This record gives sequence, C-alpha cells and structure tokens, in this order.
Amino acid sequence: MSHATAPSHDADHAEGHGEHYPFLAHHFDTPEQQFETGKMGVWLFLATEILFFGGLFCAYSIYRALHPEIFEYAHYYLDTKLGAINTCVLIISSVTAAWAVRNAQLKQTNMLVINIVLTILCGFGFMGIKFIEYSHKIHDGLLPGHAYHPAEPVWELPIYKAKYGEEGAAAEGGEHAATGEHAATGEHGAAEKGGEKAPAEAKHTGYVKPLMGPHEFNREPRDVQRFFSIYFCMTGLHGLHVLVGIGIWVWLLLRARTGEFGPKYFGPIDFAALYWHIVDLIWIYLFPLLYLIH
Amino acid sequence: MTHSLVNSLVTFLAAAETNDPERFTPKVPESDHFWVPNEASTMAGTVDSLFNYIMWVSVISVILIFAAMAYFCIKYRAKDRESNQAALSQVDHSNALEITWSVAPFFFLISIFVWGFKDFVTLYTAPKNSIEIYATGQKWKWTFKYPNGFVDSELHVPKDKNVRILIKSVDVIHSLYLPEFRAKMDAVPGRYTDLWFNATKAGVFPIYCTEYCGKQHSDMLSQVTVHEGNGYEEWLVAKEKEIELLPPAELGQRMYKQFGCAACHTLDGSKNTGPTFKGVFGRVETLSTGQQVKVDENYIRNSIMEPQKDIVQGFPPQMPSFKGQLSDKKIDGIIAFLKTVQ
Amino acid sequence: MAAPSATVDDNFLTHEKGILSWLCTLDHKRIGLMYLICVLSAFLLGGSAAMLIRAELWTPGPTLIDHQTYNQAFTLHGAVMVFLVIIPGIPAALGNVVLPLMLGAKDVAFPRLNLASWYLWVIGALCLITSLITNCADTGWTFYTPYSTTTTTSVIPALFGAFILGFSSIFTGLNFLTTLHKLRPAGMTWFRMPLFLWAIYATGIMQILATPVLGITLLMLIVERAVGIGIFDPALGGDPVLFQHFFWFYSHPAVYIMIVPAFGVVSEIFPVFSRKRIFGYKFIALSSVAIAVLGFLVWGHHMFTSGQSIVAGTVFSGITFLIAIPTAIKAFNWIATMYKGAVHLDTPMLYALAFLWVFSIGGVTGMFLSVMSTDVHLHDTYFVVAHFHYVMMGGAITALMGGIHYWWPKMTGRMYPEKLGRIGAVIVLFGLNLTFLPQFVMGSRGMPRRYYNYLEEFQPMHQLSSLGAFTMGLGFLLVAYYLLRSLKTGPKAPDNPWGGNTLEWQTTSPPAYYNFHTPPVITEGPYEYADWTYDAKVGGYVRISKQAKS
Repeated sequence: MSHATAPSHDADHAEGHGEHYPFLAHHFDTPEQQFETGKMGVWLFLATEILFFGGLFCAYSIYRALHPEIFEYAHYYLDTKLGAINTCVLIISSVTAAWAVRNAQLKQTNMLVINIVLTILCGFGFMGIKFIEYSHKIHDGLLPGHAYHPAEPVWELPIYKAKYGEEGAAAEGGEHAATGEHAATGEHGAAEKGGEKAPAEAKHTGYVKPLMGPHEFNREPRDVQRFFSIYFCMTGLHGLHVLVGIGIWVWLLLRARTGEFGPKYFGPIDFAALYWHIVDLIWIYLFPLLYLIH
Repeated sequence: MTHSLVNSLVTFLAAAETNDPERFTPKVPESDHFWVPNEASTMAGTVDSLFNYIMWVSVISVILIFAAMAYFCIKYRAKDRESNQAALSQVDHSNALEITWSVAPFFFLISIFVWGFKDFVTLYTAPKNSIEIYATGQKWKWTFKYPNGFVDSELHVPKDKNVRILIKSVDVIHSLYLPEFRAKMDAVPGRYTDLWFNATKAGVFPIYCTEYCGKQHSDMLSQVTVHEGNGYEEWLVAKEKEIELLPPAELGQRMYKQFGCAACHTLDGSKNTGPTFKGVFGRVETLSTGQQVKVDENYIRNSIMEPQKDIVQGFPPQMPSFKGQLSDKKIDGIIAFLKTVQ
Repeated sequence: MAAPSATVDDNFLTHEKGILSWLCTLDHKRIGLMYLICVLSAFLLGGSAAMLIRAELWTPGPTLIDHQTYNQAFTLHGAVMVFLVIIPGIPAALGNVVLPLMLGAKDVAFPRLNLASWYLWVIGALCLITSLITNCADTGWTFYTPYSTTTTTSVIPALFGAFILGFSSIFTGLNFLTTLHKLRPAGMTWFRMPLFLWAIYATGIMQILATPVLGITLLMLIVERAVGIGIFDPALGGDPVLFQHFFWFYSHPAVYIMIVPAFGVVSEIFPVFSRKRIFGYKFIALSSVAIAVLGFLVWGHHMFTSGQSIVAGTVFSGITFLIAIPTAIKAFNWIATMYKGAVHLDTPMLYALAFLWVFSIGGVTGMFLSVMSTDVHLHDTYFVVAHFHYVMMGGAITALMGGIHYWWPKMTGRMYPEKLGRIGAVIVLFGLNLTFLPQFVMGSRGMPRRYYNYLEEFQPMHQLSSLGAFTMGLGFLLVAYYLLRSLKTGPKAPDNPWGGNTLEWQTTSPPAYYNFHTPPVITEGPYEYADWTYDAKVGGYVRISKQAKS
C-alpha cells in the first residue's frame, strides 16, 4: 500500500491503544467509541427481546380477544398477592441495578459490589416466589394441555368467595342447592373427584355449577387449559430471562470485586442493567395481563 | 444393501413402469391451452384472461430487459484490460428516468391488483342458491357428502349450476384443488372453509390435495364428474338405490373404498398405519392397555364409532370416528365384508 | 509480479497457524471463511437431496426411493438450503470477510459475538443432522401444524436447529448493524458507503426484527409437540392458521433476508465490470431499506387460500405490489449502469448478468402469485416452486457464486481459472433454466408441489426438469473443482484484479491481520474509477495519481 497517501500513523494502529486502556479492544479508537458501540448493540438486542416476547403477547391478545371468558375465569387461580410481591421485588432490584451503574461510573467499588449482590438476591427472591407459585399450580393440576386437571373450580376458591361473598350469602339457598347438586348429579361430581387421583390420561370434562344467583360463572368455560399454556409460556420464558440475568450479575460481581470498573469503563454494568430493566419491564406488563383481569 | 441399491438403480435407468396398480390416477383431459388446463367453470375464463394479461406483459418486459442487457453487453464491451478502455460516459443518475420506471409499473400493478381483487371476491362469495356438498379431507382421501346424505369418494356435480363445497379436515391441513375450475381452498381442522364454482363443461376432471399432508399426500387424488341435464340427480338416486340393493359383503367392500379405510388398513396382510384387515375377524389382538381382545361384531362396530377407545398395540391412535356417517346397514355390510377377507 | 504488496508477507491467513488459531479466532475474515466452508458444505448436502428428489421424479410412480424418504428428502433440502445456506450465505460468509474491509474498519463491532454466531451455526447444523440421522423430519421446511405436531418423525431436533440458527442470524445482523453505525471511519459518510453495505444494513434490520418472532414460534411449536399446550393444535382448541401467520411473519422478511444481500453483491459487480459509476446510487440504496420495511407487511400473501378473510388478503396483496416497485427500480438501474460503460465479461459479471436474467423471470412470475385470483389457481403448485427457485436459487445462489468469484482473489490471495469460470457460469445458468422453466408450465397446468407420485401427463416436463437439475449439479461440481484447485495452483492475486474502488481493494490480497497497513482515507464515493489503471506487470489495477505523487 505504498501508494496510499494517508498520514502514516501505522504504528499506533497496528498495536492499538493497549498502553493507555487495558480494556480497550483493538478495533476501537477511543473508550467512548467502544462504549457507544456496546450500548447500541445492547439496545438492538433488547429490540429482539421485545419481539421475541412479542410473539407470546400476540398469541395472548388473539386468544384473549377470541375467548375472554377463559381468561376471566382462570385468572382467579393465580395468586395476586404473590404476583404483587414479585412485582415489588423486581422493581427494587431495578433500583439497585441502576444504582450499581452509578457506583461503577464513580468507581465506588464497595457500593457496586453491595448493589450487585442486592440485585442478585432480589433475582433469587423472585425466582423463589415463582417456584412457590409453580409448585401450587402443579399440585392443583393447573397445567397446560392434557395435563389440566384442576383440583377445584374457581367458585370454590376463597378469593372468589371473598369477592362475591355478599351474593353468595344472599343466595344461601342456592349454595345449599349447589352442594346438593354436587352430590346429586353424582355422575359428574364423582368423575371430578375421581379425576384428581385418576391417571392423567382421563380427560378433564369441565365443571358445571347450578344457577344460583348473579354469580359470574355457573360453568367452567371450554379449554381453560389454554390460559395456563399461555401463563406458563410467558412466565416461564420470563423466568428463564431472570435466571440468565442472575448469571450475568454473578459474572460481573466477580469482575467488580477487582475494581475493574470506573468512569472510563462501566459499559458491562450499564448493559447488564439495561437488560435487567427490560426483563423487569416485561414482568410489569405480564403482571396485570395475567393476574389482574377484570 | 448393495444389492437393493443396484436393484433400484437398474429400475431407475430402465425407467420401468413400477406404477402401483392400486393407486387411483385420474386422467387429465387434453387442454385447448398451452399454459393452463381446460376452462371448465364460469370463473376459469375470467381468471385466465388476467393470467394471460400478466403473462404477456411479463414476457414483453422480460424480453425488453434481456434485449437491453444483451445490447449493452455487445455494444459497450471493452476489448481487454490492457487497453484500459474508459467508459464513454460517467452518467450516474437521471431523475426523469427513475420516476418513469417507478411510476409506469405502478399503473400496471394497480390494474392487475384491482382486477385480481374483483375476481377473488367473486371466487369466494358463493351465490345464495348453490347446491351444498360437504368435502372432508383426511389422510389420504377425500370424501364428499351430498345433500341427500349419500357419501362418495368422488365428486359429482351438475353442469351450469352453482355448487358450493364446504370443506373440513379431520386430521391435518389439506387443500382441495380443482384445477379445471381454478378453485382451491385449504381444509383446516376445527373450522369450515368453502369454495364454489359453476361448471360449464361436461366431463371428468382431476382433484388434488395441494397442502402437504404426509406420506401419501401425492395419492390423495379424486375426480370430479360434471353431468349434463338431469344426469347429476339421476346418478345420485341410482347410487343410493344400487347400494341399498347390494349384498352385505359387497356393500361393505364399497364402504371400505369409499370411506378411505384402504389408506390405513391393507387387505394383503402388510402393515400400514392401522392393522391389516386380512384375517381380522376372529383374530385375537393385544390392545395398547395390554388387554387381549377377540375381534368380533361388537369390537368392529365400536372401533368404527369410537376408534380411540381400544387401540391395537403398536399402532398410533389416528383413526377418526365415523359416528353419524355410516348407517347401521352399512356397518353390518362392513362386518360382513371383513368376515370374507381371510 | 512486482506488486508493492509482495513485500508484506504477513496476512490474516498466515498470521497464526494451526486449527485452534482458526477455531478460536476473533478475526472477521477468518470467521467469514469458516462460514464459507460450512455454507458450501451444507450446499453440497442440500444439493445432493435435490438431486435425489429430481431422480425420484424421473417416473410418475416409485423410481428410486419410497414415499417417506422422498418427503424427508424435500424437507431436508428445504431446511438446509434456507437455514444453513442462503440466509447465512452472503451476509455471514461474504459479509464477514468484506464488510469491515469495505467500511475501512479493523473488525466488526463485537468479534466474540461474531465467533459465537458461527458456533451457533455449527450447533444448529448439528441439530439438523441429528434429525436427519435419527428419523429425518418429514414436515417440509415450513413445519405447518398440526402435521408437525402429529407426525412420528424427529421434528424437535429440526425445530431446535432452526431456532438456534435463528439466533446465529440475529447476532450476525446485530453485529453488522452496530458496525455500520459505530465503526465508520472519518470520511465514510452514509452516502459514500458501497451498496453492498447498504444491502447488509437493510438485511440487518430484517434479521433483528423478524427472526425473534421465528424463534418464539418455533419454541412454542417445540413445547406444543413435547407436552401439548394447545396454542397451535386444533385438538386442544388451538389455531393452526395462527402458526402460519407467525411463521410467515418471519419467513416472508426472510425471503428478503436472502435476496437483499444478493442485490448488494450485484450492485458491486455491475459498476466495477462496466468501469462506470453505478446508476441511481441513492435509489438503489434506499430501495433496499424500503424493501426491508415493506417486507414486514406482506406475510399474508402466502395464505390467500388458507381461509383468511378477504379484507386481510386484499391488504397483503396490495402491499406486495408496492414491493415490486423498489425491486424493479434496482433492476433498471443495473442495466442503466452498463449504458456507455466499458463492459468486461469476466466470471463475476457473467454471474451478475445471469442474476439479472433469472431474477427478472423470478420477479415477473411473482406477480401471478401476488394477484389474488390467479394465486388461487397457482398456489402450492410447481409454479410456486419454479418462482421461488428462480428467486432463491437463481437470485441468491447466483449472486453468492458471483460474490465468491469476485472476492476470491481477495479472500484467498489466488486467482481462479477464468476460462473454466466462464464455462461453469454458463453451464449453471443453462441447467437452472432447464430445471425450472418446465416447472412453470407444469404448475400452471395444475401439478401440485411436494408430490412423490404424479400423473403420467406431466412426465416429459418432469424429465426435462430433472435433466436440467443434473446439468446444474455438474456445473457446480466443476466450479467446486477449479476453485479448490486454484487454492494450490492458482496464480497469486494482485491487490486489485478488477479495478474496484471500494476499500477492500486498497489493501493487500489477502489482507493483513488488521486489514489495513495504513488506515484508508475516504475522500470520494465508492464507484470512481478514473484513478485506477490496469498494469499488465501487476496483473491488476494500480492507482495512477497517487502513485505519481509518491
């Protein structure tokens, strides 16, 4: 390339700026360029994440639009309290994550480590509560597809009774009739009672409740299992993202302890926090869409 | 292994007619057109005019592109690299040209879009007074149910009458394709779809499945017969009578073909999707539950009505129920037929 | 061969040695070459499946293989060609090698992610091969439900492979997009970027925005098949047509992911071999972006006969026609580039001309399919097969071949034999037309696709088509033969054999480890040829004015 007329500063370029910044990769000219590049990469990645979840949100909207009754019915099975606690846990973890970025920028290594640890703990807290919720669902047979064998219909749930308690009391006779019906219709009731213990192949055929007042439901809608398909897909994929996030934080924690991050180099912490925020944000949409349906 | 490979190579090179004689192959009647099959419905001609319009515009534009390409290649071809021949001009834009070749195709595209849209709406809006025939797709057979309840594996329609086909599938997605009528519609499990046509030519035309549906997708063929005058009504009455008069075993054999049993159950003892019918009556089968069952009249009847209940070990639970499709007489016929297959 | 560069021996091929130095490399050129080797091996696999299919169709009944094997062969052919060959072909293989060079950068933005993408490709390919050797999926590459959830073949490894390959593609797109935004050296303004980079940019947008939807769709399908969740399975209340919507929401943009990079390659070849500035630079550049955007809004044109509403069909059909316009603009501009040029008909140019030829046919036949009423007749017939092979095989693969020949001297430092190159290009072009032209006729006469048996009436055209396929196969074998041979025996390539003015021609062949010995200074557009003159001693082009100064 002897014919190139560029001002010749080959030497620095061939070796990069290694002397000045140990963290600067050879193909970048300045730390700012490296940071900007990383940031853009992360934002693009987050866009793909949103589209990735977008497919599920789209499936959710379509099925909710086509069968609103399934969603209204089945959401009573979800524990709003645990969901709300989890929302708080994630929001707190987002705060600590954001704080960690500030710590990295100011080179407050101790605070950085503390904040990362807090974020990780919140992440585990979230997963722990998720685990409790999942094990309840599995125990009660609230599963997708053929595995759907609910232990009881929603109108037997305390939360449902609490909400419609007044009506239930007003129609006391009805309540009585209902229990009577359960015993009397025998055939159906027994099938259900048996269903809990019966081998999983026996298909769940749906609960029926006698009409007994202005209750919301007097029968179980068809194909309720679809709600749980969507519920498990969405929260499962989200949980997987939380686990990946925890992994990233653990890795950064190991690096942060050495005081590697500072005003010139805080990209990794910033990017991890961005990822963590998007995971948090997705949950903030999931919570009302799945738990708070009216 | 090597032997079989050599064998198949020999077969291949000889291009021998190894056609399965059992396979139903409709004939495609000679067409008056090079590009498309016969025009046998009211819509066929309309669709073809648009087809020809697009084709001629395409042919002309492709020829123009080739001509320009060839002309420039010859006219402006450089001698060799050594002579360092420079381009005659470095002209690199012309807004007038760009606008011309963006807008000119635009008008053409709008014209075919509007034309295609209008025809499409007609193609899929069945007139109110149509004869309704139900078509069912299943692996790998079409069945057609006529207004009087008669079921056949072939489609028969009257000439010059509007016919609406309501299509469903009992297993995977299929697609009902009648090329001579330029009509096609997917058969989707869990919903009805429909198409309609008005046949204008008497004759026999092929019917295909055009949505890939598995192993014997390419054998999912049938044919449509267009009757003149009262031919359709007469055929329908005659068919029903003919069947009622058949001896039971023969009636059963009819049903075996008509309802597509042959797609899964062989008569020669070979294993297919379902157990063979050879010697099935009186055979002791092991069910998927491990239970042993002797095949008798009741078992056969139950297997037709509720096929998922007792599955023979080693076979997939794939058979659809024929509840409501077969009269008692026909089921008796099938039982009688199975007794004869030994 | 007294090229000035001959004094510099160290290049990216010789910088480090040993297989590990390749498998752990972060150098974009090496990763690109590894992609190229893998993609071409996959092409051999997919091509063999195609030969098997065409051999089977020699007679109307069983010829060579049985029903099931035939179905597995076309599934394998489709999945391998789409996911392993065409999608990564131009962007990941050629793009990796030349994108940073053309841009004047030292590497892509995220070299580690780049290597990870390659490993994801390998894992995805292994998954597809697992499916192949266990009990190859027989669903067709489109994996339509409920067939894909009920068949007994091993669909899950194939789905998982496609899922992984999707991520490989996403990361490549993300990497390139970021590189193009953030690593442009001073002077490289947006409108000084070579059109190949514009094409890669548009492709990157589609890879990032469309592929995740494929990911989630395949994931849902895997779960559906494994445990039965009832989202797509009608037996559990699901909607099989929803799957088609999701699938084509990705797979239609994917068609453009495959063809837009091909536009980019052709846009490089036409001006260089016409010694003339590209005609309508901005129109070509922006039409790529227009195609990328519109490409997201047309997926429903694959589903006119699926029972979707007439209104939906109309909208999809209408937008499809809008896409025809930017595509036509490109074709016209390429032709105009040759006008009053000095046209050299070397192998890359032959492939570019072949591209224009077959792509025009593929393009105009697309109109038959985007018009709703004619599509009803032609949908799922051989007409569609011929159409998309003209676009994918004739478009994307021809451009890939053109690109390989064009950049072969740069990538390997060797020249391929020109004469054999031209013969190969002509054989491939001839075979291609012989294979697919009869398929148009068959299709419009009503021959459905994916048929193992067919009616005797179609036999002559099937046989013509098979002969064409075998010719094309031989053509590709010839190409493979002389390219491999040139690695050993080919003459050393000059820095700039074709006289291109994009930056990759301004470094050595093959380039140095860090790409440029001297960072390039960009003061003009990529298609200015006045400064370059052919020097017979070098066997390539050298810069006059600059040489005079030094």
